[in-house]
Amino acid sequence: MSQSVKVIVLRTAGTNCNEETAFAFSRSGAEVEQVHVNALVSGVKKLSDFHILALPGGFSYGDDIASGRILANELRLKLGEDIKNFIRDGKLIIGICNGFQILVKAGILPGLGWQMGQEATLFYNDSAKFEARWVHLKIEGRSVWTKGMTGNIYLPVAHGEGKFIPRDTKVLEALSANDQVVFRYCTPDASKPSYPDNPNGSVEDIAGICDPTGRVLGLMPHPERHFLFEQHPFWTRLKHPSVIPAKAGIQNQTLGDGAKIFENGVNYVKENLFCHSRESGNP
Amino acid sequence: MIWRVEVKQKDGIFDPIGKSIARDINDLKLGEVTDVRVVSVFLLEGSVSREEVKRIGDELLIDPIVEQYSFDLKGPLQSAACHVVEIAYNPGVMDPVEASTIKGIRDLGVTGISAVRTARQYHIYGRLSTKQLESITSRVLMNKLIQHVVLDPSCVPTTLSMAGPSLSKFQVITVALTDANDKKLSEISNSGQLYLNLNEMKAIQDHFKKEGRNPTDVELETIAQTWSEHCGHKTFRGLIRYREGRNAKPKIIRSLFKTTIAAATLKLNKKWCISVFHDNAGVIAFDKEYHVCFKVETHNHPSALEPFGGANTGVGGVIRDTLGTGMAAKPLCNTDVFCFARPDTSLASLPTGTLHPKRVMKGVIAGVRDYGNKMGIPTVNGAIIFNKDFVGNPLVFCGNIGLIPKGQEAKRVNKGDLIVAVGGRTGRDGIHGATFSSGELTSESETVSSGAVQIGNPIEEKKVLDALLKARDANLYSAITDCGAGGFSSAVGEMGQKTGARVHLDRAPLKYQGLKYHEIWISESQERMVLSVPECNIEAFLKIFADENVEVAVLGEFDGSGRLQLFFYGKQVADLDMSFVHDGLPQITKEAVYHKPVLKKEKLSKSRSADLTEDLCKALSHYNVASKESVIRIYDHEVQGASVVKPLVGSSCDGPSDAAVIRGRLDSNRGIAVSNGINVRYGMIDPFWMAASCIDEAIRQIIAVGGDLGSIALLDNFCWGNPDKADRLGSLVRCAQGCYKAAVAFGTPFISGKDSLYNEYTQNGKSLAIPGTVLISAIGIIDDVRRCVTMDFKKAGNSIYVIGMTLNEMGGSIYLENLEQLGSGVPQVNFKRAIKTYQAIEKAVKSGLMMSLHDCSEGGLAVALAEMAMAGGVGATVLLKKVLYQGVSKRDDILLFSESNSRFIAEVSPAHEKTLAKIFKGIPMVRVGTVEASPEFVVYGVKDRPVINARMDALKEIWKAPLK
Repeated sequence: MSQSVKVIVLRTAGTNCNEETAFAFSRSGAEVEQVHVNALVSGVKKLSDFHILALPGGFSYGDDIASGRILANELRLKLGEDIKNFIRDGKLIIGICNGFQILVKAGILPGLGWQMGQEATLFYNDSAKFEARWVHLKIEGRSVWTKGMTGNIYLPVAHGEGKFIPRDTKVLEALSANDQVVFRYCTPDASKPSYPDNPNGSVEDIAGICDPTGRVLGLMPHPERHFLFEQHPFWTRLKHPSVIPAKAGIQNQTLGDGAKIFENGVNYVKENLFCHSRESGNP
Repeated sequence: MIWRVEVKQKDGIFDPIGKSIARDINDLKLGEVTDVRVVSVFLLEGSVSREEVKRIGDELLIDPIVEQYSFDLKGPLQSAACHVVEIAYNPGVMDPVEASTIKGIRDLGVTGISAVRTARQYHIYGRLSTKQLESITSRVLMNKLIQHVVLDPSCVPTTLSMAGPSLSKFQVITVALTDANDKKLSEISNSGQLYLNLNEMKAIQDHFKKEGRNPTDVELETIAQTWSEHCGHKTFRGLIRYREGRNAKPKIIRSLFKTTIAAATLKLNKKWCISVFHDNAGVIAFDKEYHVCFKVETHNHPSALEPFGGANTGVGGVIRDTLGTGMAAKPLCNTDVFCFARPDTSLASLPTGTLHPKRVMKGVIAGVRDYGNKMGIPTVNGAIIFNKDFVGNPLVFCGNIGLIPKGQEAKRVNKGDLIVAVGGRTGRDGIHGATFSSGELTSESETVSSGAVQIGNPIEEKKVLDALLKARDANLYSAITDCGAGGFSSAVGEMGQKTGARVHLDRAPLKYQGLKYHEIWISESQERMVLSVPECNIEAFLKIFADENVEVAVLGEFDGSGRLQLFFYGKQVADLDMSFVHDGLPQITKEAVYHKPVLKKEKLSKSRSADLTEDLCKALSHYNVASKESVIRIYDHEVQGASVVKPLVGSSCDGPSDAAVIRGRLDSNRGIAVSNGINVRYGMIDPFWMAASCIDEAIRQIIAVGGDLGSIALLDNFCWGNPDKADRLGSLVRCAQGCYKAAVAFGTPFISGKDSLYNEYTQNGKSLAIPGTVLISAIGIIDDVRRCVTMDFKKAGNSIYVIGMTLNEMGGSIYLENLEQLGSGVPQVNFKRAIKTYQAIEKAVKSGLMMSLHDCSEGGLAVALAEMAMAGGVGATVLLKKVLYQGVSKRDDILLFSESNSRFIAEVSPAHEKTLAKIFKGIPMVRVGTVEASPEFVVYGVKDRPVINARMDALKEIWKAPLK
């Protein structure tokens, strides 16, 4: 029997993208459990039983006070050790939208580790509005989550607080130096964007970053919302090859641009965290 | 002790919220403001040390990257450089942030804080007079119904607690009814805000005379709530004497509902209609494992007074309808339709006591955004209609579609089941909402009925949803309903109609001590559901809800007594016969007269072949037609990942799509299409044809995305003026008759509906009624979403077809409205032809012939064609002389702007011309032009001269500008 990749999709009051995130992982071949944070805090469930921790989008605790703030504190204060061990054990974390806000506010990302605490933030969009729109993202950096992905991809954002602001220029420089910037907003032809291509005013158009190991990823756009081909906002054009000349990946009319990210996470676990003893069949 | 913590942004950090408030102030010309900065204020009550407060500030209240804070501030706050206004919620209005803050503080390990209140301080920069500052405060910064100005922020209150004295020792209040005369009876109804008429008061009097006692206050409240128009639908279920014209012979209608809406469904007898009319939403079959349900509600009166809170709780309420359908359905998507006065209405022309339409619109949209986005339910479809007569009564329709496992669509309360309330706590909010919405609004409504206004807490409802679906799947309860209008009174009264109920009101968790028993019973506090739970399951039930941090209270039991018995701290406060409560309402006969309005025939001033480019621009910039992108983009319309045809489509994601399509489940290609039809100007000419046109519009939008006529079900929502006035009721009857006719003709049953009457605004004795408005919402099942079609032109060189027949039906059109005329030739529906057309389109879609399809509605062929080209990023050439026309003489303006029903524009590859012709044999369809690569829109008139010639980018700009 083959070993399965176990994903924990963490949720709490106000989490609302857990189902589609679970769907994306399970379609990518993982075994997924959606777990309330209460169950981790009380010890009913153990983080160490999983390979991938996913923090989905939503409005955890209403984003009251600030987006992600209360759950970030809960993770830091009640599950801090477990999370540190989880990362130390070589496992993966992905935070999408609210999940990214939580990772940043808990000090887990960018994880430069010079001092305890927050090194960056995600603040109100410059437009002062919630922005639900599709964005082009340039893939950079080195994260196991974007292995084999080049060029740019197309994903939706949906947030009111997505403006990435580093604490200071030192943080910003370190992010570049360490190849920790994974996604930058760009125009359709991959050049420097202005609003709305950069939908929130993020510093240096940063849309997603990883930690120095590349295994912890946070991003504001929603890859789980472009998992299926028909989630693309103009798939009815793409399906006619005569309308849009085929570009790499587009001929595949089942999956969308975000699917590769989930597949990468699952494959990384299979390739790096499992014992490869085919004969015995046991881990 | 109370600590005051102020959080503000660090210097040099861009404050977008402040900037946007400054923009609003300048937009409304309330004074010249250079900048606004926002400061969040937290008042923390409890015994905590200075170090602990510091920790709360550092680790919870601020974002250390961008914010700073200070606490226990002394000294003058008024700085010379700016004006400072601090706004706080009124006592009893709950800000959800307060509870979250307490949780956040406990997580830090600080346990001494017992209460938190929040406030917002605005630092306004600019030279402003006191009068200007007052007007900025009341028009932009706050709504006095829920908020107030903190006059001296440096004066910290002594306590934040809202608790009144405990009421465990109390007097049961009885109302001296049995020997009251008519005058006294009316007085009792008025002073108690019961909105019961004399007839009804007399029926209650007779009942209690028989019982040999006077009713208690809460008994009277229960009856008033159950018999209210809002809950009892007296107009739709009562007797009506109807005449068409003053001298016509009157006809008696026994239940307008049963003879029109329900009659259509009964006649059509579709086996896929699973549960219609009797539950919180209508249920139809979806696939082998699931059904879907659909409900659209109105929340007009609350939205008129407090737009944000009204729309917010409107969305929350309709989502609870889904949760309360069958044994609970899972919400999949929202659809929202609004009617406002025009945003360019002058301040001076507003009736006293009304809010400016811009503010109403902004608040309503923000309220929908807040609830939908936070619950994670996508708002996939909607419409916004503007008309000056909505100035006193805006209309807010909130709809929700849900998914329910087969077999869970029915429920039954059993004798002995426990009465269990889950979710939010009960407060004084929303008292008298049910009866209040059954009367007209006046300029005093805001003071009299302020208790009816609330703001919602979407996260509380999300928690309820999460816990509820688990309890449902574990089969732990036997029935459920939502607490909407009328609160516990309505929910428990409805559920216990057959069994009777025994309720201990002191067991309801309260937001604060001191509520009287009748307040607990009729409070409309949000986010509450009532369930009947067999006693043997209660332990498991409590565990599920505790795991999700949702509060549960066992209030009593459905005891089999057939009576409604209420207790408060052991003492009985009500003992009502259920059958009187539910069946005792006296039958009354309402008078209805429909007068055919005397209308001026339209005058088309332009010569036959004048240039019409300017008219197209005017149509595109009409508020009803103009792009709603700025609204759609603040709604999360893609959460849950199920959207297939989004509200915005096309090469630049800005084309206005017809129906929205979502998958029912992510792992299947079966989908659900949802659309809306609404047009108030047609109703001003003839409510019958308004109804038929709205039904046709809702249906053809679903056909346009690739739906099947045979799978479509309808919902009705009537918003009308005072039905006690014969002319209002007459036009309502005529509209309902149109609904019957069209639904039967199309074979599309009604499955649910709602009416909101008394939409009138009385000022100085003059009454302003809204134009009678029907909203038709449609739902259709899509076999395979991968076959769906969108409205954006796809490829230059493809042929453009007009499907359907154009007639001289300019009445009520956008074109005439832009000429300040209404006209008289309202669009009618040729049902036979329409059905044939729809079936042919289905066939063409299934054969893969349709590259794009768009329905023609407001603005006619001209607007539809322009929209398709704009969405596709291409141009088009069109020859009007080809358009099939049934009428005396072909005019360019009529061909372009008539709003005849059942018409589409289609894009088809020239290679498929013959196949298409075969499918459309005998159905009006003609090729009129070509999709062009060059971005120009050129239309040749009947005399082959260009009558429209415009650049696409210019048209797009004009179309996007009005609501940007």
